[in-house]
Amino acid sequence: MNRNLLGAAAALLIAGSLTSSAVAADKLKVGFIYLGPVGDLGWTYQHELARQALVKELGDKIETTFLENVPEGPDAERAVEQLVRAGNKLIFTTSFGYMDPTLKVAKKYPNVHFEHCSGYKRDNNMATYSARWYQGRYIQGEIAAKMSKAGVLGYIGSFPIPEVVSGINATMIGAQTINPNIKVKIIWVNSWFDPGKEADAAKALLDQGADIIMQHTDSPAAMQIASERGKLAFGQDSEMIKFGPKSQLTSILDTWAPYYIERVKAELDGTWKSGDVWGGLETKMFEMAPYTNMPDDVKKMAEDTQAAITAGKLHPFKCPVVGQDGKEVECKGGDHLEDGQILGMNFYVKGIDDKLPGK
Amino acid sequence: MELTEAIILSVLAASTPLLLAATGELVAERSGVLNLGVEGMMIVGAACAFGGAWLTGSIIIGALCGMFAGVLMSLLFAAMALGLAVNQVATGLALTIFGVGLSGLIGARFVGERITPAPHLHIPYVSDIPLIGHILFGEDGFVYLSLALVVAVWWFLYRMRAGLILRACGDNHVSAHALGYPVLKIRMYAVMFGGACAGLAGAYLPLAYTPFFIPGMTAGRGWIALALTVFASWLPGRLVIGAYLFGAVTILQLHAQGAGIGIPSQFMSSLPYLATVIVLVLLSRARTGGSTAPAALGTVFVPDR
Repeated sequence: MNRNLLGAAAALLIAGSLTSSAVAADKLKVGFIYLGPVGDLGWTYQHELARQALVKELGDKIETTFLENVPEGPDAERAVEQLVRAGNKLIFTTSFGYMDPTLKVAKKYPNVHFEHCSGYKRDNNMATYSARWYQGRYIQGEIAAKMSKAGVLGYIGSFPIPEVVSGINATMIGAQTINPNIKVKIIWVNSWFDPGKEADAAKALLDQGADIIMQHTDSPAAMQIASERGKLAFGQDSEMIKFGPKSQLTSILDTWAPYYIERVKAELDGTWKSGDVWGGLETKMFEMAPYTNMPDDVKKMAEDTQAAITAGKLHPFKCPVVGQDGKEVECKGGDHLEDGQILGMNFYVKGIDDKLPGK
Repeated sequence: MELTEAIILSVLAASTPLLLAATGELVAERSGVLNLGVEGMMIVGAACAFGGAWLTGSIIIGALCGMFAGVLMSLLFAAMALGLAVNQVATGLALTIFGVGLSGLIGARFVGERITPAPHLHIPYVSDIPLIGHILFGEDGFVYLSLALVVAVWWFLYRMRAGLILRACGDNHVSAHALGYPVLKIRMYAVMFGGACAGLAGAYLPLAYTPFFIPGMTAGRGWIALALTVFASWLPGRLVIGAYLFGAVTILQLHAQGAGIGIPSQFMSSLPYLATVIVLVLLSRARTGGSTAPAALGTVFVPDR
């Protein structure tokens, strides 16, 4: 309830401030919708860093606005529409749950361009973009298998959506190349951002015998628990080494700035076109934080794997991919799974003794 | 054995902020004031507590900053809801929205900083007794404080004259006023106490639970505390049961998931709330004779002069 009201209140505030301030008419207005607070040190923070980079690069030609703490779901629609009414011509909606609301508003305002992060629905004026994080997860899986003494990984999931599930699978496939008997314990906290609960999940995983923590949630709470207990962990979205100087192995860093700058430039030139960009290590849509707290041979292995993936020589979902039921998954992409199969992944691979929620 | 101990320790930590905030709200509601701003007071408390602790390096000063911030927030509420007799529900909601924004502003400087969390008690030998030693004598100060607070509140409400007067204000403010008690003043003190408790509950999060500050880190705990006062039917003893039950179900469902019990996680995540609803229904069925809510709860009082 508080979030809904908050979103509405934020929208009203922004609307008020925009109408009252005289804005130079020739500047392109670019809007952003954020899921969390800009200071979440994770997902939203990385989008905000990219926005700041965008302003630095093109600040004389554009004006940016952002709405933070916008809940996913119907309320997002109002927030997006608010940005449209305030005159924004290019709007980035930066979370999966904004997909339908964005599409709805996009249909209503064909002259405004929308960029939706990590979804799969598009329109003539609504493009999508995302990163192939599973590539990074594969590298993390290899490192985890090398570094785990117990052979048990602890994985904190947010929601069982394909992006998270493909991350777990990529981790396991990577880990199995090192230790075929590696185990993973998975806890879903059903939230992207609840530091207390993320910390509790990390404690539960460590208490149950896992010795490496991996997370697909947004706060550094789990990293801090690992650090307190002298265990190893991977960061998420942003650099979390400050919260675990002796714990962080690496972290997947979202680097949206190049994409944002490119798209805004296209908008300025009048060459903006809808489409889908799913970039990986090869296009620097994300990067790996420095490999730390591991011996040199593990570091070397991680760097080699990263180089192989970047060069396109190694695909984390190379066939055969075997599902939990022991059957091979149909190989639609030649020698690896096709993008659609990864984007819609709703099964666990062999070696995970858990049930995917809802299956 | 070790796992049981670990689970109980996690449960105590997860329940403490709920218990602290709910105790404060219980006193406010017993005086007849419904303050829905708990979440807002908590998060401002969290921001100020972290700021205080980070600047001075002292957990105690941090906790005091948190409490002080909570009191200031509650005074804002009191000025509106008691002084100007504005609708309490609307004022409380506004306080939460305001608090979430304000805490982001206060905390912006501290995001990304770390502190050393509150130390855990350690009595030589006693704290090392297996299982009970660590659980009973190895917690951080907030855990003991929260339990002591509940006992103190119970003593105050049921064993002290001042507590009786406070409850009278909550049940029938007209009569209390007619007897010559300063209803609004008493309510203001109760609201301030609620603010201090909410601020302390907020302080617990960045000082002991997850020792860093991030905007929005209370993640709805203030609302759960509000629900707990209803759950406890405004009785301090039941508050302890409610808070620990909620904490226990939250932690146990995480462990059940980690152990790979094949129940959908979405269902497990809803269990704490489901448990709360079930207990509420059972309580209301078992109860004989009328509601236990303070009769004047949420009603505006303007003394006739």
